[in-house]
Formats: sequence, C-alpha cells, structure tokens
Amino acid sequence: MTDIRADAFDSMRERERVRVEEEERRLAAERRKIARDGPKLKGEKLAARLDLAWRRPPGIIGWLATVDHKEIGRRYILTALGFLALGGVLALLMRLQLSKPDNAMIGAERYNQLFTMHGSTMMFLFAVPVMEGVAVYIIPLMLGTRSTAFPRLNAFSYFMYLFGGLMLWGAFVLNVAPDVGWFAYTPLAGPEFTPGKRADVWAQMITFTEVSALAAAVVLVCTILKARAPGMTLSRMPLFAWAMLVQAVMIIFAMPAVALCSSMLISDRTIGTNFYNAAEHGDALLWQHLFWFFGHPEVYIIFIPATGFVSMITETFCRRPVFAHAVVVLALMSTGILAFGLWVHHMFATGLPRVGYSFYTAASISVSVPTGLQIFCWLATMWDGRPRFQVPMLYVVGFIVTFVIGGLTGVMVAAVPLDLQLHDTYFVVAHFHYVLIGGAVFPLLGVLTYWYPKITGRMMSETLGKIGFWMVFLGFQLAFFPMHWSGLLGMPRRVYTYPAGLGLEVPNMLSTVGAFVVAAAVGLFVINGIWSLYRGVIATPNPWGAASLEWATSSPPPVYNFAHIPVVESETPLWDVDGELPVVTGLRVDEKEMLLTTVVAATPDTREPVPQATLWPFISACAIGIVFIASIFSPWAIAVGVIPSFIALTAWFWPKELKRTAEPVIT
Amino acid sequence: MSLRWSAKAAVLPLLLGACQVQHYQSDFGGAAVEDRQFLALFWIFIAVCAFMYALVIIFLLGGIIRMRRLDANVVETGRHHESHPLMRTTLIGWTVLIGVGLFALAVASFVTDRSMAKAAANERLSVTITGNQWWWDIKYNAADASKTLQTANELHLPVGVPTRILLDSNDVIHSFWVPSLAGKQDLIPGRENDITIVPRKTGIFRGQCAEFCGVQHAHMSLVVVVEPYADFIKWWDHQLQPAPQPTTPLTLAGYKYVTSGPCSACHNIGGTSANGQIGPDLTHLATRKSLAAGTIPMGEGNLYGWVEDAQSIKPGVNMPTVGLEPDQLHAVVAYLETLK
Repeated sequence: MTDIRADAFDSMRERERVRVEEEERRLAAERRKIARDGPKLKGEKLAARLDLAWRRPPGIIGWLATVDHKEIGRRYILTALGFLALGGVLALLMRLQLSKPDNAMIGAERYNQLFTMHGSTMMFLFAVPVMEGVAVYIIPLMLGTRSTAFPRLNAFSYFMYLFGGLMLWGAFVLNVAPDVGWFAYTPLAGPEFTPGKRADVWAQMITFTEVSALAAAVVLVCTILKARAPGMTLSRMPLFAWAMLVQAVMIIFAMPAVALCSSMLISDRTIGTNFYNAAEHGDALLWQHLFWFFGHPEVYIIFIPATGFVSMITETFCRRPVFAHAVVVLALMSTGILAFGLWVHHMFATGLPRVGYSFYTAASISVSVPTGLQIFCWLATMWDGRPRFQVPMLYVVGFIVTFVIGGLTGVMVAAVPLDLQLHDTYFVVAHFHYVLIGGAVFPLLGVLTYWYPKITGRMMSETLGKIGFWMVFLGFQLAFFPMHWSGLLGMPRRVYTYPAGLGLEVPNMLSTVGAFVVAAAVGLFVINGIWSLYRGVIATPNPWGAASLEWATSSPPPVYNFAHIPVVESETPLWDVDGELPVVTGLRVDEKEMLLTTVVAATPDTREPVPQATLWPFISACAIGIVFIASIFSPWAIAVGVIPSFIALTAWFWPKELKRTAEPVIT
Repeated sequence: MSLRWSAKAAVLPLLLGACQVQHYQSDFGGAAVEDRQFLALFWIFIAVCAFMYALVIIFLLGGIIRMRRLDANVVETGRHHESHPLMRTTLIGWTVLIGVGLFALAVASFVTDRSMAKAAANERLSVTITGNQWWWDIKYNAADASKTLQTANELHLPVGVPTRILLDSNDVIHSFWVPSLAGKQDLIPGRENDITIVPRKTGIFRGQCAEFCGVQHAHMSLVVVVEPYADFIKWWDHQLQPAPQPTTPLTLAGYKYVTSGPCSACHNIGGTSANGQIGPDLTHLATRKSLAAGTIPMGEGNLYGWVEDAQSIKPGVNMPTVGLEPDQLHAVVAYLETLK
C-alpha cells in the first residue's frame, strides 16, 4: 500500500514538473511572439495595432457595449447638461410664477412639483453626475493611463444614472412627479400625508442615482490610486485628481446614509413599517438626521470637484503651478472630513439642546478655514503669475467674486441666532445658489471651455464665450442678490405665491429678469458649443500651453489615449520637459492592457488586462432598473426581479480563462 | 403688476423699496427682544464679512493689475516653481486672520444664543400652538381651567410680557415664524418644542409657516397682535365668552344650519352644539382680521366666497365645498358675521 502511494506521489510530481516546464517554454515562446510597444514598435505602426486592439465593435450594439471612458464620460456630460436645461426650464417657470404677488399662473400643486423636480434634478441628475462625467473623461488622460479601473462598472454606472433620470422625468410627463421637496421630509412624504406614487418615484430615483454615484466613485478612487503614470507620486498628482479622490471617498461615505433613509421611507410607504411614524413610536426627525448626514456632504461633493477645475485653470492661465500645492491638498482633505460633522446646521429650528447648537455652529464655521486657504492660494497664484484672461480664467474670477459671498453668508447661517431667522427663507436660497452656481457651475462652464478642445478637437469661440460669461455673471447677480433681500423681508422658501404689500414685489421681479438673462447666457453657451463643433479652430494637442498629461496626447485623444505610457518627473510635466516626455514601454498591443502603479510612489506594479466591450453592464442595468421601478408598485417585484438581475450579473462576472502572460514591466 | 409699475420698480434702488414697507413681516421689524438681538448680531456679522470680502477683492484686483509685469514667476521666465518671498508669511497671516475673525463671530453667536436662553427663563404667559394642514390652533393655558382659551389663526400677545409658546403638530412638520418678533421653531409631531418671545412694540405683524408642509404651505399664515397688557386681558376675557345668540330670523336660520349641518362636524362654536375639533374654532370668528389662516382679509364678501367654495380660494384645503343653496349661504354668512 505505502509503495503504491509513494509511486503515485512520484508520478504526480513528475507530471507537475513536466507541466511547469512546458508552461515556462510556452511563456518564453509567447514572450518572443507577443507584440508589445517599445523601440521596435512605435509611430504609425504602433498606433494601428493599438487602434485595432482598443476599438469597440461598430453599430448600436457596440455603442451600448462600449467601456471606453471617453465615450462614457461624454455621455455623462451631455446627459447631465440635458438635465441642467430641463431643471433650468423649471426654474424659469417658478420665477415667472413669483414675478408678481398673488399670481395665478401656476397652481399650488404644480408649483410644488416644479420645485421638487428642480431641486432633485439639479442635485441628483445634474450636479453630481456632471462632475463624475468630467472626471471619468479627463482623469485617465490626466493620469497618463489608457482606461479607468473597472471600465464595465463605469458603463453600468452611466446606464443606472440615465435610467433613474428617465424614470423621474417620465413620471413628470405622466403627472406622477414627486411634490414633497427634494428633501422629502417625513411625515409629509410618508404614506399618511402623500398617498399615491409621487413620493415613491422620488425615493426610487434616489436609489438609482446612489447606485450610479457609488459605482462611479469606486471607479474613480481605484483609477486615481492605482493607474497613475509611473513617477506621478501622490505629491505630484494634479489638484483636480486630488479633488476627485476626496470627492469620490466622500460619496462612498455619504451615500449609504441616504440609501438607508430612502429605503426606510420606501418600506414605510410600501410594506407598512413605521420608521418615521411618531404615532407608532417611529421618529419624524430620524429622516432629517440621516438625510442631512448625506445632504450636507453632498454640497461638498459638488463643490470639491469644482475647486479642482479652478486649480487646473488657474495653473494653466497664470502660467505657474498653484501656490502651496500641499496646502490646497490638505484643505481639500480637511473640507472632506469636516463636511461630515455639520449636518445638524440644517436642523437648528427643530429644537436642540443649547450645547448641540454651540457645537454645530463651531463646526460649521470652521469649515470655512480650509476654503479660505484655498481662495488665498488661487489669488496668490494670480499675484505671482501672469494671468491671461481668456474665457476659462474669466470664469475663475467670476467664481471668486461670487463664491466668496456665498461662503460668507454660509458663515452667517452657521450662527444659530441668525439661522433661526434666515433658515428656510429666500436668504438661504440666495446663499446656496451663490455657493452652487457661483462655486460649482461657474467653474464647470470654465472647465468645459477649457477641455472642449481636448474632447472635440476644436476650440470654442472666444468672442461668444466672453459675451456668455458676462451675461451669466451679471444675470446671476441680478437673479440671486435680491433674494437675500426678499429673505430678510420675510419671504419663506417653497411658497407658490406671496401677498402684495410685504415689499417683496421689487426683489422678486429683479430675480425673474435675472433668471432669464442667465437662461439666455446658457443658451448662448450651448450655441457656442454646437457651432464650434463644426466651425471652431482646429485644436493642437496643447492649445492652452498647459502642464498636465491630458495635453500630451492628441486632441481628441485616440481610443487608447497614449501610444506609450508617459513617465512623470515633476508636478507640471509638460512645462519641465523639453521635447518628448520620457515613456515606459512593454504593454501588449494585441490585447487591451493598462499599467498599474503603486499607490503612493507610483512605481510600476503590474500590467492589468482591460476588459473588452460587452453588453452585460447594459443588460444588468436594465434588469436592476426594472426591479427598482416595479418595486414602486409592488414589493413582490424585488423577490421576482432578483432572478433576471442575478442572471445578468452572473453573466457579467463569469470568470474568463486567463492565459498567464506574467512578466515584469520593462521601464 | 402693471407695466408702468414694473418700469418704476426697476429704477428704484432696492433699499428705497424696502423702506416703504411697515415691517409687517420682516426680519428688520425689531418688535421683540429676540429680533433685536438677531439684528445686533446680524450687523456684527455683516461688518466682519464685508471686511473679509473687501480683502479678497483687493487681493484679486492686485493680481489682475500686476498681470503684465515682466518678472513674474511663470513658465516663460523659467521661474514657475518659485514664488514671492513674502507669500508664505502672507499665507500664515491670512490663516491667523480667518481664525481670529471666525473665533470672534463664534463667540458673538454663542453670547447671543445664551442671552436669548436667559430671556426665555422667566415666562409669564403660556400658549400652546398646534400646527395643522394648513392653519394654526392656538390655546392660551391658564391655571384655572375655566380661563383656558381656544382660538385659531390669530395670536394676541401682551407687550413686555415674556410669553412661552409650546409648539406641537397634529400632522406634518410645520414651523412657527413671525419674522418681526423672533426666529423660527419647528412644530414636529411627537416632539415638544417651544419658543419664548418678549414683544417690545405694539402693532400687527404677520407670521407664516416656514417648513414646507404640503399643497397650501404658502397660505398657512398667522396674524399676531401685540397690544398693551390691559387690552390683551380684555381681549382674553371677551374671547372666553360663548358665541352671541342669533337675534334675527336670517341669523337664526344660519345658526341652525351651522350647528346641525356639516359645519359642526369640524368646527367648534362655544356655547352651541357645534363642537367639532378638526377645523379652526369659530366662536369669535368675526373679531379676527383674516380668514383661512391669513389667506384673505375678514369681510362679508370674502366670507361668502370662502363658505361657498373654499377650494377655489385655497385649492387643496381640507374644508370641502358643501354646495349650499343661495338662501342657506346668506343665512350662514349672516350668522358668522355675528360671531364677534
């Protein structure tokens, strides 16, 4: 018995040895055979090979199956701008209704739907997705890599976002739009006071967007930490990448709170739980705590990417790196952390212990320290540099002039005795539009002008851009500055009309006129965008003379982004290298492959295969989307809908046989 | 708003427009201790914030003016990694300035908050306000139960007397807010909240629900009458009286309809058999200055309109359109007008 077993072991070992040897020989042969970029393979021949490997299949199937971050990013941006236009039209309707007292143009019910749709659209379907869209497009280029991490998850994230938006707006068209505010306070949003499906539509739209935002955040965090070009240590990373890293980590911490509270709302509404029902020992305020634990960081989730835009534009147009890079990075991080300790300042009027008042006042006020430091660093960059006032830089100046007002009124509403008067009035409406439009939309318009040539290959018209800037800047001040005044005169938010004689006529009329000027300016921006697509000046790879890596490749970039992965030796690589950037070679050209580097020092770590285009993310998004929508009508939809979702996800995640081609990266 | 008025409005400076109003519903009313404390703190914040804003703008303008200088630390001069020798020191100075400014504001806010809390300690009158979609139920609490007064939508306060208002809600979250007197405080179902107000000026003020509470949130307002103590006591004593008896055949017909018809299911009229508790108390309805929680002024025409078809005046309101015959309508309105 023993001998037979020993023999069996020996023959097993022998077979294993032979197998390993064969594998080694195969790998060695493959190594000679596998096409890689390098000194022998460059230029047009390399481009043709890479193009073949990276190009997605043509046609509608390929369009739905694509995992190219540039295509997904473009779709994200265009979809979000579409929702901006829709949300803007709602804003104009509201401004028309409020242009005079006791106006009978829009009724109470319709008006309540309008402001709910406006807030929900702008927060969930425009502001957060557009920042993620820009990042999904630009970040891999800025980091000098060929793809995002998890490109299929990225595609899935876009489809979930699109379906959530279509569901909300489909509901609006079918007259089941939510009417409980973008904040959906319970018990008003609960089953007792809002029967019907309106509040369910809102809660499920939240589910869609949180899944989408979380997926995009994971993609961005992993891309930023693992896919940077060799040599791009964390301390050399561009400020926009830093901003997106902080923002994506914030999404990962903030979204679960809203996922929890909206799921509890849905279960209160559909299966009769009583989380928020005070009559059954639930708690109406529980909603507010969970919602604002997400809702306050949400504001910074929108604002922090915009600070990244401002930093990139300031650097390029002032012709020098942003002053005190490390201070700006630390400011971003401390903003991201402090943002989670402020949520109670949305709830000062709910009756808190005095100690709670003092704590949250101090915390809310302290968040303006890092922001104040960032403002200083941008101004110091302008002071030290030689600013060129082209359109993107004009938006940065407009941002500083406008956003600082919003920041200072933010300090005011952080003080409890002031907030108790100003809370839920038009003063607060003015405050957060100064912060969100001045602080995020102005930089966004600037950065869209800035990156437009990279995305489309053509420059936007400078003349139209300047006219548009002055219209949007002045129109904004006209629309929103008077709102401080109407708030102080006692005009509460979310009212569909107001009586004559309170002094509210003049500020409201001014706001309405200003809103139309802003709308005209946004229209001009769109016209400029479309006109320049066909008639704009052809862009060189680096039309603004910028320093970061997205300008090292052609405009628009090829599908594989970079023929060779660049190597970075400073914070501002394109400014510090004469001629060609140094590169690493050795990535496969017959398969999609990207280079991963270490988290801190960005030394080459491993080569990572990049997945091919596939329909499964789209099919999974369809299956899960149907479950979400159907569960509005019956909780059984979840039990039944799990099956197709499970099948789709299983097919997506089915392990592929991976031929071992391991080999150290050649630097 | 006529075209001519709009043209005039556009050229009028904002401030002038504001001076014309009587601070009927305005943070600048200053009609109570609380709002005066708010205003004092408000102007301190405005001053500090304006100073900081001016610094930012000066720094920005400086940067713009210096834009063409030749010795800039930019990529074209090859010195783009250098910066002005004083910039680091300025950064530290700026940080200290922000820190000191914010600390001062936080202390000012803290002191104001505590002094408001102190003022709230010596209440002499207790009122309970209960929020309903979309009206205010008001109860004056008295140690002697026979003096407890129930009314709606019109709050009377004696000048100079610290009044503690207990806040509760029957349905969703509302927020009690009379800008000329004090800041707001929420009415939350299942929670006890309160706010103390010490009125300083007599007059009539307007308050409005400040938390979105459903369809007619915009028309959930409140008339507040601040009057001398003697007048207030007189008002209280009068409101405690039962409703006056109908004297003419028309008002008698109205009385009969109101007390036996659908009205009595929801409304209470003291001294009659109408004792519904769902809608506002009507005992002395005609003494109030407004109808439907401040939606329309009190008056015969508005009473007709409201009783005949409340939905057309305040769409979504919980008061149904009963469908009264014309003679019933005349009688009901005539009776309601006697409720002084």
